Amino acid sequence: MLNIRCPYCEEDRPEIEFRNAGEAHIARPDEPDRVDDRQWADFLYTRDNPKGWHAERWRHVHGCGRFFNAVRHSVDDRILLTYKAGEPKPDIERMLREREA
Amino acid sequence: MSASYRISGGSALKRERTVRFRFDGRDYVGHQGDTLASALLANGVGLFGRSFKYHRPRGIVSAGAEEPNALVGAFGPTGGFTPNLRATQVELFDGLVAESQNRWPSLDFDVGAINNWLSPLFMAGFYYKTFMGPKAAGGNWVWRQLFEPAIRAAAGLGSPPTEPDPDRYASMFAYCDLLVIGGGAAGLAAAETAANSGAQVILCDEQAEFGGWLLSEAQAEIEGRAARDWAADVVARLRGRDNVQLLTRTQAFGYFPHDFVGLCETIEDAARCRNPALPRERLWQVRAGRVVVATGAIERPLVFVDNDRPGIMLAGAAQTYLQRWGVMPGRRIVLFTACDSAYPTALALAEAGGNVVELIDLRSNVAEALSAPLRARNIAVSVGAAVTGSRGGLRLNSVEIRSVDRNGQTGAMARQLACDTLLMSGGWTPSVHLHSQARGKVAWSEEAKAFLPVARAGGPISAGACAGKFGLRAAIRSGADAALAALGAPPTVDVTPAVAEPALDLTGMVGRVPFAGDPRRGKAFVDFQNDVSARDLLLANQEGMVSIEHVKRFTTTGMATDQGKTSNLNALAIVASNLGKPVPAVGLTTFRMPYTPVSFGSFAGIGRGDQFDPIRRTPIDGWAQAQGAVFEDVGTWKRARYFPKPGEDMHQAVARECRTVRQSVGMLDASTLGKIEVVGPDAAEFLERMYVNSWRKLAPGRCRYGIMLNEAGYVIDDGVIARVAPDRFHVTTTTGGAPRVLHMMEDYLQTEWPDLKVWLTSTTEQWAVIAVQGPKAREVLAPLIEGVDLAPKALSHMAYAEGRICGVKMKLFRVSFTGELGYEVNVPADYGRAVWEAIWEQVEKYGGCAYGTESLHVLRAEKGFIIVGQETDGTVTPDDVGLSWAFGKGKGDFVGKRSLSRTDLAAAGRPQMVGLLTDNPAIVLEEGAQIVAMVNAPIGTEALGHVTSAYYSSNAGRSIALALVADGRNRLGTKLHVPMPGGSVSVTLVEPVFVDPKGERVNG
Amino acid sequence: MRYHIGNLLRGSLSGQTGWPAQWRDPAPKPSYEAIVVGAGGHGLATAYYLASRYGVNRVAVLEKGWLGGGNTGRNTTIVRSNYLWQESQGIYEHAMKLWQDLSHELNYNVMYSARGVLTLAHSVHDIQIVKRHVHANRLSGIDNEWLTPAQTKEFCPPLNISPSLRYPVLGASLQRRGGTARHDAVAWGFARAADRLGVDIIQNCEVTAIRRGPDGAVTGVETTRGAIAAPKIGVVAAGHTSHVMAMADVRMPLESYTLQALVSEPVKPVLPCVVMSNGVHAYISQSDKGELVIGSGTDQYLSYAQTGALHISTHTLEAISDLFPAFRRMRMLRNWGGIVDVTVDRSPIVGLTPVPGLFVNCGWGTGGFKATPGSGEVFAATIAKGVPHPIAAPFSMERFRTGRLIDEAAAAGVAH
Repeated sequence: MLNIRCPYCEEDRPEIEFRNAGEAHIARPDEPDRVDDRQWADFLYTRDNPKGWHAERWRHVHGCGRFFNAVRHSVDDRILLTYKAGEPKPDIERMLREREA
Repeated sequence: MSASYRISGGSALKRERTVRFRFDGRDYVGHQGDTLASALLANGVGLFGRSFKYHRPRGIVSAGAEEPNALVGAFGPTGGFTPNLRATQVELFDGLVAESQNRWPSLDFDVGAINNWLSPLFMAGFYYKTFMGPKAAGGNWVWRQLFEPAIRAAAGLGSPPTEPDPDRYASMFAYCDLLVIGGGAAGLAAAETAANSGAQVILCDEQAEFGGWLLSEAQAEIEGRAARDWAADVVARLRGRDNVQLLTRTQAFGYFPHDFVGLCETIEDAARCRNPALPRERLWQVRAGRVVVATGAIERPLVFVDNDRPGIMLAGAAQTYLQRWGVMPGRRIVLFTACDSAYPTALALAEAGGNVVELIDLRSNVAEALSAPLRARNIAVSVGAAVTGSRGGLRLNSVEIRSVDRNGQTGAMARQLACDTLLMSGGWTPSVHLHSQARGKVAWSEEAKAFLPVARAGGPISAGACAGKFGLRAAIRSGADAALAALGAPPTVDVTPAVAEPALDLTGMVGRVPFAGDPRRGKAFVDFQNDVSARDLLLANQEGMVSIEHVKRFTTTGMATDQGKTSNLNALAIVASNLGKPVPAVGLTTFRMPYTPVSFGSFAGIGRGDQFDPIRRTPIDGWAQAQGAVFEDVGTWKRARYFPKPGEDMHQAVARECRTVRQSVGMLDASTLGKIEVVGPDAAEFLERMYVNSWRKLAPGRCRYGIMLNEAGYVIDDGVIARVAPDRFHVTTTTGGAPRVLHMMEDYLQTEWPDLKVWLTSTTEQWAVIAVQGPKAREVLAPLIEGVDLAPKALSHMAYAEGRICGVKMKLFRVSFTGELGYEVNVPADYGRAVWEAIWEQVEKYGGCAYGTESLHVLRAEKGFIIVGQETDGTVTPDDVGLSWAFGKGKGDFVGKRSLSRTDLAAAGRPQMVGLLTDNPAIVLEEGAQIVAMVNAPIGTEALGHVTSAYYSSNAGRSIALALVADGRNRLGTKLHVPMPGGSVSVTLVEPVFVDPKGERVNG
Repeated sequence: MRYHIGNLLRGSLSGQTGWPAQWRDPAPKPSYEAIVVGAGGHGLATAYYLASRYGVNRVAVLEKGWLGGGNTGRNTTIVRSNYLWQESQGIYEHAMKLWQDLSHELNYNVMYSARGVLTLAHSVHDIQIVKRHVHANRLSGIDNEWLTPAQTKEFCPPLNISPSLRYPVLGASLQRRGGTARHDAVAWGFARAADRLGVDIIQNCEVTAIRRGPDGAVTGVETTRGAIAAPKIGVVAAGHTSHVMAMADVRMPLESYTLQALVSEPVKPVLPCVVMSNGVHAYISQSDKGELVIGSGTDQYLSYAQTGALHISTHTLEAISDLFPAFRRMRMLRNWGGIVDVTVDRSPIVGLTPVPGLFVNCGWGTGGFKATPGSGEVFAATIAKGVPHPIAAPFSMERFRTGRLIDEAAAAGVAH
């Protein structure tokens, strides 16, 4: 059971308080009628599914109820950071380099 | 009975308290503190079980969790039976009944032992090569009917429990700064060091008492006292602290991400005899700030031919039985070792009066300091020699010994040495299981002949023998250091207590003991429990299995209930040697939870029976129960399905309820409806985007039936939505869909349209909902309601008003899921039952009834109203179920809209909802039945659709059904067929409405 | 040497020294007619059928680890074909027919055991769904029947059908031809049979790049053991498919999750059939060795870790303990995870890709084992002929664009 920091509550809480909501930073097209079927299918279904660092959405469903994002490693489950919805996707490579340094 | 192998001493025993127990039908006496293994050994019992495949007689090998052989079935204090328990871990209690396994008719005389003679046939993986039967016998028949049942009957270990488990299990959640796993020298030092710093500490150990090897230690002294006394002092100090929690009999079985550790605490059976209210086990789920793993090391057996006879035991185990339980393992003892630790064992046994004959050391160079004390006690020490075989029946009676030169070549001459006990030590394997479970890496050390944990920043810290730190002083020091490192404290001066101990080399050997002749001759067991011998490994390699994972699966080595604790490293080394590769090149199998088997009951804990899932009941539930309602599960809710009168079955009750509603009035508890308040200046705009309908122009005080799609364009929820005020909507959802709908709304609101000023609140539990439906509904409610004019013009169909009922605040919806004049009365949940009863009084005056969900379903089907999840299945568009009329005209984007124009969703010929009338009005179709164009359609006929709802309608006087049929609306009036086992049923496609087709009654 | 009781008896006189390696350990050749990426059950079956039925013998199967080491060796070995949609019935029943005689075809006892698969219904809604499957299957000629609670109990005596259960058993469907097979034997049997037809199974050989020509078509792969040329590449990499396909710049509609399973300690025969419950998330059978084999749920998040969370297995064992109250004293022996690649409609993708010469077979989610022979057979045909096998055709990647999904999850009530 993961230990996840809710960026709104600013607390580490057990995974069962949260619900995962899939890959982050997939914006719904502003004007869906103007994208073709393939682009729409990409929005709906195509995912990076990376083996490694993954920016993903969580909701603190049994807490504050807010959606936020986490950068988690899909192999070893380390969480690099969590951040509020709407904040830009962090530069993961840079963060890792800085952490190393 | 004389406990003939019991001698004085035994630190674990309370000698003054005798305990009676039974094993295989014979009565024995032991002492409090005994395990079943120690007590039986003390009673001279050496034969504990039969092996899995060859049914070879087997005795005790170890003294702990690693025991491969001595598996027993036992009845607990409450009578529950558990198979496959290790006798080394079963603590005696008065009245314990245990039995051996895998033998028939008895342990001494076992018919299955014939397998030992057939063993040339039963080599690893033999079953893949045969038992297929002649092809002519028809595919798989011979295997399935003949061979498989025979193999299954022969396999398995103990008998399964057959009675419901009488015991109770508890669950605990805990947090600590430092979890220390293992209470031996390293673990005790770690715990005390951490405790001294003020940290919150949990220390657990799998055994009944803390101390680990300190309890077995015979020579070493710490601070001038016996090692076990030092341990007792530390434990006493820890017990006196309020920042330390001590857990004995507690196995850390699983290590999960983010330092989440599962512990299984076993409650002592003797304690449960005194207090039957105690649970059998407790599952602890511990979130630790940091973890120190101090799980010690496990002694390896030596792999030589016939190394499995009863009487052959690990040397360290013998020392443990001696020190802790006062047991002398045999009458004439020989030791065979590849490391130093057997020497103190030999000495301890001899000092305790044991007849130790000889120590055979595989190594050629042995320090005089080790051997001299043995020789001084007339124990022969033979170096550069190996045991290469054994003889005996149900007990060892001699071993075969040959010389071994520096190249590992055995001498031609063998001698036999009579003995009833052989104590072996191949060296000690660090227990890296939990470190590995924590996704820590291990690295092979050729020097230590072991895989050692590689520390990872922030990960668990291994200390003591499991980190390769053998020796008590080294272990204590590493434990203290680990605690400091874990807590981020700077290293302090070395405060390790003074330890007087011999310097011992515990490296030993891995792989197979040097042998003479054909490697395929005889069985040199590697995995005792699964009967895997060195030649099985050779065969696996010969057959191309070169990865250790393949070898493991092909031979089953390491896959028995001991998970290869004593065998894995030897197997790996033998395979490496067969393939001419270094050990790490063969690979190490992954360590997985649980470290030792953990009962299902422990995992399940209290989550059983009614606690398996929450039960949600409405405020009116008690009333329905009192009326004798029959309930059904809808999601986590219990809903009244129907209200049978005496003598009525479901069909009769439902027919009556449905008739009553349309003729007079009925009331339904609709409290389970999901309810969400959508509030804010942008509330209408938000709903505009979430639902297919238009909301902007809906006037306050009006309701509308809303349909929600997912982004893929399929119907996922529906419900009536009332505009309570310009900036406030009362949204209802399906019973099961409420959480999902709220989650989805929050998702869009927070992440796609955060600019919208809207707030969402679930109010499902706040309101009790009483649906009053039928031509008399107005008369029923009128006397009870204040502040709302019920006149049709004042409160027309799909109107909403607020007022009071029975003096209670009320939200009143004039809505109908029956097609009749109807209202849904919402009152605060706490008043739900009282208001219900008040309405009920009125309803009774009109000969009305209470109706349940089954009648609800029939009544709505009579009108062709869909149920999401019944007419829809996640693949259905609004148009498929005839709801295109609901789309807001000229509105912009909404969730799912874009998908509706995708090729397949816009294609002709999609399934469309229709009504079905059977030719024979008495036949009620079966929901889920298929619909085809042909009478008595042959197999393989393509289905045109399926029946989604089917009921007998007392109001229509016949059966009715709803269905999804390809291009159904263009087929109205045609006949189709429903194939059933007894022949097909002909149906006519009709509009999906069976009562009041013009929809006039709702306006009554 | 043929696997036969006679040869086994003869072998017993000589310490079974005569058995050759079940498959060779060949070095990769410079080029092949076709490369299969992934030596799991599906990949090995693909190679076997390419060589045995479609005349493509110069085939390499490339495996980054060891053959059969992924989901093939980690699943709960359930075999059944009682799916709802005709497309699914097509492919799973194709497999079911191949299972019937697979041991003989491969000359390897895969221990297919038609023990019967019960699918429990716990609510009125469940009954509707389960019966819909029964009717749909019968029309297609797939055996499936509805049992009352009493009949269910008769077929599976240890099952608790007490009405006092939190979610009582209201009935079940039974597919009698459903059952289990020995997972390792399936991988090894296909590997041995393919190897004998000349297929090179190359283990410890990880694909690091997919090579493409100027026209965009594949020309081969680069691996940790050098470059290998081939005009056709079939990717059968299960949970790692997204990772491999990204090498050809193809993004997939897949997400990978950890699916847990566990076994108990072995006991004498006690559970005569397979029992599945979607309602309470419990899947259980007993292996030939005597272990209770239990399937659990997936973790809620994307994962390539082969271990799952404690609360997932805990929930499963709650369900098992209620359905089989005597099993509560049984003990978990091993618990592990597999990486399952899941599509939105829980149906596989089998067929062509936007890249010429590149084929993909993935998305089997939590239920791929049962399809192994059928999946391999139709995928082999697809690779050999360059056009989708008719059974595979509905499982194209195109369906995600057109919306013609084959939604078994929705049909099973998972989404409702």
